[in-house]
Amino acid sequence: MGKTMIEKIIGMHIGRDVRPWEIVVLPVDLVYAHDWSGPLVIARFREMGFTTIRHPERVAFFLDHSSPSSSKEIATLHSLLRTFAREQGCRLFDVGEGVCHVLVAERLARPTDVIIGADSHTCMLGAFGAFATGMGATDVAIAIALAQTWIRVPPTIAVRVHGKLPRGVYAKDLILSVIGHLGASGAEYRCLEFSGEGVTSLSMEERLVLTNMVVEAGAKCGIIATDEETRRYLKEHGREEVFQPLCSDSDAPYEAVIEIEADAMEPMIALPHHVENVRPISHPECQQVTIDQVYIGSCTNGRFEDLKVAAEILRGRRVAPGTRLIVTPGSRDVYQRALRTGILDVFIEAGGIINSPGCGACPGSHVGILGDGERCLSSTNRNFQGRMGNPKAFIYLASPATCAASAIEGRITDPRRFLP
Amino acid sequence: MILRGRAWTFGENISTDLIIPGRYAHLRGDLAELAKHTLEDIRPEFASTVRPGDIVVGGRNFGIGSSREHAVLVLKWLGVNAVVATSIARIFFRNCINAGLLAIEMETTGIEDGDELEVDLTAHVLRDRTKSFQRSFSPLPKVMRVILSEGGVVPYIRKYGRFPEEHL
Repeated sequence: MGKTMIEKIIGMHIGRDVRPWEIVVLPVDLVYAHDWSGPLVIARFREMGFTTIRHPERVAFFLDHSSPSSSKEIATLHSLLRTFAREQGCRLFDVGEGVCHVLVAERLARPTDVIIGADSHTCMLGAFGAFATGMGATDVAIAIALAQTWIRVPPTIAVRVHGKLPRGVYAKDLILSVIGHLGASGAEYRCLEFSGEGVTSLSMEERLVLTNMVVEAGAKCGIIATDEETRRYLKEHGREEVFQPLCSDSDAPYEAVIEIEADAMEPMIALPHHVENVRPISHPECQQVTIDQVYIGSCTNGRFEDLKVAAEILRGRRVAPGTRLIVTPGSRDVYQRALRTGILDVFIEAGGIINSPGCGACPGSHVGILGDGERCLSSTNRNFQGRMGNPKAFIYLASPATCAASAIEGRITDPRRFLP
Repeated sequence: MILRGRAWTFGENISTDLIIPGRYAHLRGDLAELAKHTLEDIRPEFASTVRPGDIVVGGRNFGIGSSREHAVLVLKWLGVNAVVATSIARIFFRNCINAGLLAIEMETTGIEDGDELEVDLTAHVLRDRTKSFQRSFSPLPKVMRVILSEGGVVPYIRKYGRFPEEHL
């Protein structure tokens, strides 16, 4: 019987065949944590009696969740991480560099890698044909100390997307639709493997949106076969040499197969307060929903293509009175490209605000906290009660295009109205 | 071994954002301060009235969302003895075991706030002494029982310097 990609990656790391549900101890290629999880990683590392990181070249820290710092306490935690990284000789991406997952995609992830991060959206890196998953700080501390982790081999659910996404419909709409179908735990412990023309026709930047949000259906990881687009992205980011072909065998055992017709899809919205609460934008619950704040950014949708598509819609137009638009580039590279190509100008002329690269308003500590009763339309990945800093606010999730169109109208708006 | 405590019941999809909101991230270096805000957006009285030994009872998907281990640490700090839920989100579940907090997946309908519960870890039975019913649950895999018996994965690794591989 054939193997899935996840079984192949795990098998090549431990030197034998594996089957779903088996628990194995697995060497790791890259381990990382950020400013909200890293301090506990370090505390646990020390409590376990370790003093030296076994492979510092495989470890990275990112100051992204409160970047620049939002309080004296956070600033002190930042200092702790800087000192630890310097002493141990591992990488540190300081405030202003960007969101950890976005930076790992740009600079570090490699096909067939095992990647562990102290953040649930680490699963995003599966778009490179890697096994990437989020864990708690203690597991990550063990992974940096022992350069290994234990894992249950996940069964794989295949998501086959037939046809191409139509105009105005993006990877975000596709993954929201999948989460709406599966529910918040429909893929619990599983790997979601995306394939079909609707996936292979997407750029790497779009594919990352799919794998980023698999955790919202409970999945341990998401994965996409590598191809010429993977190679192109790696080359564009100066590391074509790490490309490796990887795909599941044609007779690989899938636990389930989900078939999706892409051409029939429309823009999707996740209603408060759960990501699984997904509706097509034409649904009555998405009509006449006024929006106080529009947020474009995050590891999900804060890349260059996201900003570009939003700017194409906003060019020459203004954000509606009474609505505010906040844009947070996912990384310094995204920021600079958006600056050089005039995209930031479009946002500023439209009345928007540009924040420094990082997680920004998404996790709810600063730069865009919502007021009581306010509604936010956001390109991020979670709309849980309290997520963006206020339990009395309401978060709706959508693609950057839907966010941009809605900013112009001041209410949830179908982006296809503004597209050529 | 039998754990006894009062039930605190919660509904479905209780996210880690609800258990310990991101707006208190600056307190993550101070567990005593952080724990004062545990579950405050849905049960403002929880942190001040929960008693050591109490049991948190949830519906489907308890602990969904972010991997923040503090969501487990604040419960443990407040003396919560176990999390029992119809289903427990994957990362939260793993964080519980690592931190030495018992986590059990089992049907929880019928259990109400304040019920006196008994978790019998030998017979693998939960008894609701207030409602006079009992329900069995599946024992945890051996590796997790070994970690729990050492008080969590940190004491385990400190003691043995490696994973409990022989129990996998």
